[in-house]
This record gives sequence, C-alpha cells and structure tokens, in this order.
Amino acid sequence: MAILPPTSSSLSKDSSYSFSLHIQSSTIFGSKLKSGEFQQTRFRLFSNSNSYPGLTIKASRESLGLTQELKSNKLERVVETEDGSDLFEDMKHRFLSFKKHKYLENLEHYQNLAKGQAPKFLVIGCADSRVCPSTILGFQPGEAFMVRNIANLVPPFESGPSETNAALEFSVNSLEVKNILVVGHSCCGGIRALMSMNDEIDKSSFIQSWVVNGKDARLWTKAAASKLSFDQQCKHCEKESVNRSLLNLLTYPWIEEKVKKGILSVHGGYYDFVDCTFEKWTLDYKEDNLKEKNGRISVKSHILWS
Amino acid sequence: MASQLAIHRLNKFLSEKEDLDEVAAAKIDKLIAELQTPGDHFDPVQTIVNGFMDFKIHKFDKYPCLFDKLALGQSPKFLVFACSDSRVSPSIILNFKPGEAFMVRNIANLVPTFSQLRYSGTGAIIEYAVTQLKVENILVIGHSKCGGIQRLMEHPEDGSVPFDFIDDWVKIAQDAKDKVKAEGGGHEACAREAVNVSLENLLTYPYVHKEVSERKIALRGGYYDFVNGVFELWEKHESHISPPMIIPPPQLKM
Repeated sequence: MAILPPTSSSLSKDSSYSFSLHIQSSTIFGSKLKSGEFQQTRFRLFSNSNSYPGLTIKASRESLGLTQELKSNKLERVVETEDGSDLFEDMKHRFLSFKKHKYLENLEHYQNLAKGQAPKFLVIGCADSRVCPSTILGFQPGEAFMVRNIANLVPPFESGPSETNAALEFSVNSLEVKNILVVGHSCCGGIRALMSMNDEIDKSSFIQSWVVNGKDARLWTKAAASKLSFDQQCKHCEKESVNRSLLNLLTYPWIEEKVKKGILSVHGGYYDFVDCTFEKWTLDYKEDNLKEKNGRISVKSHILWS
Repeated sequence: MASQLAIHRLNKFLSEKEDLDEVAAAKIDKLIAELQTPGDHFDPVQTIVNGFMDFKIHKFDKYPCLFDKLALGQSPKFLVFACSDSRVSPSIILNFKPGEAFMVRNIANLVPTFSQLRYSGTGAIIEYAVTQLKVENILVIGHSKCGGIQRLMEHPEDGSVPFDFIDDWVKIAQDAKDKVKAEGGGHEACAREAVNVSLENLLTYPYVHKEVSERKIALRGGYYDFVNGVFELWEKHESHISPPMIIPPPQLKM
C-alpha cells in the first residue's frame, strides 16, 4: 500500500484545537460556578403559569441562522470524489495524532478496553455536529455508551423495534449501565421541525415521521408557552422533550424495574451553546409517576452550571 | 464542593497564564488530576460537572469566534455513522471538532435500506443531513469486537433467547453474515462487510443516490481496530470499492 505524501494541513500534530481565526483575548463571560444547590423540584407539565421554579429561562440571543448558513455554503461546495486527498489526509493525521498522544500513552488502559467495555453511562444525545457528548461532557473511551439521533428522542416501548431501543436494550440489559442521561440542546433543528409541522404528518417526510415522537412535548409547549415567541417556544420544547423522553424510558419494563430497585438512575440534561450553560436534573422516581403519566414529572438534584 | 472550586480555579489559572513554565504547569496538571480522582466512590454527577467545566474553560471560552459562529448555525461536511460502543467515539479517535460532523451512533453502525414504513430515525437523519445540511461526505465506521456484530453472527445458532429489539435491528446486516460465513470468515470480517452493506443501503435513499451520482457526496467506509491501534479507510464508488488506506501503514512502526 503506497504511503501518500503529506500535504499541507492546518491541523497541528497535537490534540489541541488549532484554527486560523482571529482569537479574541477576552472571554464572553466569566466562568462562574453556580452549582451545589440540591433541591426537590416539582414540575407541573400542564401549568398555565409561565414561571418555572429552579430554571433560568433565557431566550436565545440570535435568531436561528440555519438558512443563512446553508445559502452561503451552496456556492462553496467542492467535493473531492476522485481521491479525497485533502479531507482524508486530514483524517489520517488526526488518527495518527490520536494514536500517538492518547492510545499509545495509555496503552494498558486501551488494551483493557479492548477486552471489554463496562461503561457507567448510556447517553442519548442529538446528532447535531455541535453537541457531541464526548466533547462537551468529556466522556473518555469506555465511559459512555452513546446513542445519537435527531433531537435526542426516545420513542416509547409500544412503538416497536427501532434504532434507539435496540441500543437501550443492549446497554441496560447486557452492559448493565447504571445511569441513563438524555441531553437536549439549544437551537435544535429537529425540535424546530416538530414545532413547525402541522398536526397531520406529511408521510413522505422522514423528519416529520421521526420527530412526531416528541408530540407530547409540543402539545404541552403550545398550551403552556403560547404567549412566547416561536424561538422561545422552541427552547421550552427542547427541554420538555427531554422530560418526555425520560418518561418514555420508564415505559420499557426492564428499565422501570431497575429504576424501581434503585440500580439505574435516569437523568436529563440541557446544553445551551449560545450562553454555554449546562443544566442537569435527575428523575425522582415515585410509584405514582405512572398513574399521572400525563401530568407531572418529579425531579431532584437540579443544577445549572454557567 | 471545595475541591470542585479548586479545580475550576486551577484550570482558570492555567488557561490565563500563558508564560507558565513547563515544570510548574505539569505540577498543576497533576494536582488537578488528584483532585479529580473520584476515589472508590463513582459519582455520576461529579463526572458530568468535571467534564463540562473542562470543556467550558479549555474549549468554549478559549475559542469565542468559533462558538459564536456555531451558535448561529451548523454546516458540517460530514455525516458519520458510528457504533454506540463506548470505546469508539469519532470525536476522540478522529478528533472531530464541534461543527464538523453530524453524527449518528447506533448499534453496529448500521444503515437500514430505505423504507417508509420503519426506521424513520435513520431516514430522518439522512434526509436532514443530505437535503438540509448538504453534507459532502458520508462516513460509516465499523470497529473491532463489536457486540452487535457478535450477536448477529452467533444468534439464533447459539440457541439463546431472542432479545426484544436487538435481533431485529442487527438483521440489517444479514447479507454480511451470509457472505462472511460462506467464505469461512469471522466476526471481524463481518464487521467490515457490514460497513459495505450499510454503504450499499445508503444508495437506496433517492436523494443520496442522486447526490452521489452527481459527485456531490462521497461515500466512505472506515474500520477502527482498537486491539492493534489501526484505522482503515476506503471509498465506495458506484461500480467498485477502493482498496483500504491503512493508518498507520504496516511498515511504519509506531
């Protein structure tokens, strides 16, 4: 196999970020740690009130610029399909850098991992390129079994076999993870599509057929946050859909059983990349949660880091 | 809490003091690592706190231009399918930075054939990535010791009780299993072949087929062997598959 000659690449050999952008010397905001408050918080899902105890509601500073990004990119698409040398030389350098600086420097750890994995987390995140849980929450190899789909949705048990519940089954029953974390995020295109669609699904659209798994969150948002702007409603729906996914997790008998026994904890998270904050809460399982499936979700240990 | 605050302040000090000598920086790094050591008790919340603060201080706050731009929108060049396995995050092994790759993680990194009756989750991802985000590359990465591939290869011949969902899902790669078993191959051959089955299945999505035939999207397969620390990369063309690039090349000792 011929060794391809190195091409000039802006990628540095180490694993730090290197960009040719002008880096401002000041940060956007101070890194204040605002955490450590553990409180019992009860959320009423069908409340008419617009106040949410324990949550700081911030509308996004900028409107979603998805379409303006796409328009400029249309002119710049250059695809190397002959040999892809630029993009894949980059990839080669990245893998070699990973091998040198991480794999070989922690060889014993990687050799142990090669024998088997015992992650403590199942993380369900969005496929969005900006919100990889390995990056934003620093999960290292071996720590988190990961599912990424549009809008980090968990369909209920009765919806039948799907990509997501195959991964649920493997991680909970075979790997026996101790924690499930569902992470939502700001400016989610999937949630926006959910909030924008009509009540009747356009069956030719996969996106609509999938995001309709979040329909309860949309119903609640439209009822509880109708006075807010569309962007703000989307933000509420992003968080509410995490809670709905947590409830959907409990529709799986083998999940509910473990949560009941206290050997599996279910957590929700929300990453706001406009303000760089992270909220995290834990489902406070009570027997009567199931009776009030359309009503409340009880949470504990609700923290906001900013 | 006190150690959490200490970690935060030490990290901030490190990031602000650019002229700190290497010895001092190494000592501070060691101190931070000791403070972060969880001891015998694993605390999932502390793990998440540490991870996010580390990201915020060392990445988000350090590159405001990039993150401001990303807050407005994303235009990733890649759609990546990778396994849910905790050991194979493409962000780590291929250093994908925020904004670079729209990423799917599922059991055995499989892509089912186009169907309007099921697997709308995968369909939604491909539809969004190709028609809205207009990605230029789709990369499917398989890996060694894949639990999903193992299940595919061993069940139902091993007589085990069926799973509710897993068995239905891994059957997507049934063709890979049949081919490999006929050739006398094992799990690792099946993992590689399953990548090719997924690449083939991608072409059953009309918009993917159109973009590929107009040479606007490249389809590539990858295989991460974490036993030997090797990554293979190949391209799927309409008529053939290119021979794999092996990284590092076999004659280069690393």
